[in-house]
Amino acid sequence: MSEGTALLVEGLRKSFDGNEVLKGIDLALDRHEVVCLIGASGSGKSTLLRCVNLLEPVDDGRIVVEGDEITAPGVDVDRIRRRIGIVFQAYNLFPHMTVLRNITLAPVKALGTDRGQAERDALELLRRFGLEDKRDEYPDRLSGGQQQRVAILRALAMRPQLLLLDEVTSALDPELVAEVLAVIRELAEGGMTMLIATHEMSFARDIARRVCFLDAGVILEEGSPEEIFSEPSQPRTQQFLQRIIEAGRL
Amino acid sequence: MKASGASGRRSTLIALASTVVFVVAVAFVVSRSAGWPEVKRAFFNGEVFRESLRVIPEAFLVNVRIFLIAEVLILVFALFIAILRSLPGPVFFPLRALAIAYADLFRGVPTILVIYLLGFGVPALQIAGVPRDELFWGVVALVLVYSAYVSEVYRAGIESVHPSQEAAARSLGLSRAQALRFVILPQAVRRVMPPLLNDFIGLQKDTALVGLLGTVEAFRQSQIEVAATFNFTPYLVTALLFVLLTIPLARLTDWLVIRDRRRQLALGLGG
Repeated sequence: MSEGTALLVEGLRKSFDGNEVLKGIDLALDRHEVVCLIGASGSGKSTLLRCVNLLEPVDDGRIVVEGDEITAPGVDVDRIRRRIGIVFQAYNLFPHMTVLRNITLAPVKALGTDRGQAERDALELLRRFGLEDKRDEYPDRLSGGQQQRVAILRALAMRPQLLLLDEVTSALDPELVAEVLAVIRELAEGGMTMLIATHEMSFARDIARRVCFLDAGVILEEGSPEEIFSEPSQPRTQQFLQRIIEAGRL
Repeated sequence: MKASGASGRRSTLIALASTVVFVVAVAFVVSRSAGWPEVKRAFFNGEVFRESLRVIPEAFLVNVRIFLIAEVLILVFALFIAILRSLPGPVFFPLRALAIAYADLFRGVPTILVIYLLGFGVPALQIAGVPRDELFWGVVALVLVYSAYVSEVYRAGIESVHPSQEAAARSLGLSRAQALRFVILPQAVRRVMPPLLNDFIGLQKDTALVGLLGTVEAFRQSQIEVAATFNFTPYLVTALLFVLLTIPLARLTDWLVIRDRRRQLALGLGG
């Protein structure tokens, strides 16, 4: 493992009720690297992200974050999760809390940050991403795009070493996708290490250093966006991209 | 839904008219019945009514006190049971089984039997340090019975919060207990407020059962009055007092249900 490795996944396997969803995933991310996972629904993208965050216990294999093996027996999963942010397709904001409370809850309760400090940090984040006037709103008063941006800020407030994005624009109306992608783009420019499962191919081509094509629980092909999108070597990758082009999504 | 203007006044008038017709019809049928003069004398005696109003409300304060003490204890104890039941994994199986057995037992046994068994049984054991006061054991019995119901209400609420909420909380590094305390329970309790209050309406009535142990509360006091006057009017007075206590809670429950439905509609169903 090189000095700058943020995430290392080796031989990761995961089954649900005898159905093997991940069949030996190997993946490495350097610090500040942005990697996109593409592939059909059910190919294992979401499961891979949930395993990296330990939301799903892994059956076999190793996951190492910043040099610490998080799949080792007896690790404190709560401590691990504080270092790894995840943003979900359905936002999953806490509906009974204001935007500000959504963002400050984990820093205050999990990290023990002083509430005043946590609120100043949260306001700074909200300002940076143009959501300052929403600080006292409840999630159901926000558009989907605003909710998803708040969900990203909620993850960022923990100052994660690694950010996992699980199809964060898939539930959004088309006109709201751009504002969320803009946030992710800004994070990438700021050097955030990110593993992104996405259906937005042009965005993946634009932002990713590397693209991994998942098919039936394995990474079938990986490479630079140019390699994957322009001259994929695997027939399955070609097929998948062909269908995306036919659907007018590339 | 609030009707407005002329149509609102019209519905109010119709409601008023139909109520008057209904009441008059019932009064007519009852007052023409063969036994009415006898019933009127036994249950609607003005003099006994005034005398009862002098003594029973004071005894009724005992019911209110029982209710308030039991309510607080039930809210806490039932939550504890519900949390035990929601513990995941095989390690906690004994605790879960215990919580299930508890809920089954105390929902199964008639309340009056629990009150008799605890109220007469435990003091009879004469264990040092164990209270002998029948009021104490009456309250304990009510807490045990009603916590069994209320814990199920809590549990329904906890299970109604989508698992993605816990996933989101845990993904941020909150512990299971913190996720429960700050994310799941606040949402769960809000959702089950109406059925929770409904159970407390039942509890208000059942405070009368403690009187069977000898505690002089409203029902027991009315029995004493009945025995002294050979007239049943004191029962009527006690019933009225219970109804008066119930109405605010019942209306509050209705209001919460309506408010929740409005909110659901405003969010376009489902939220």
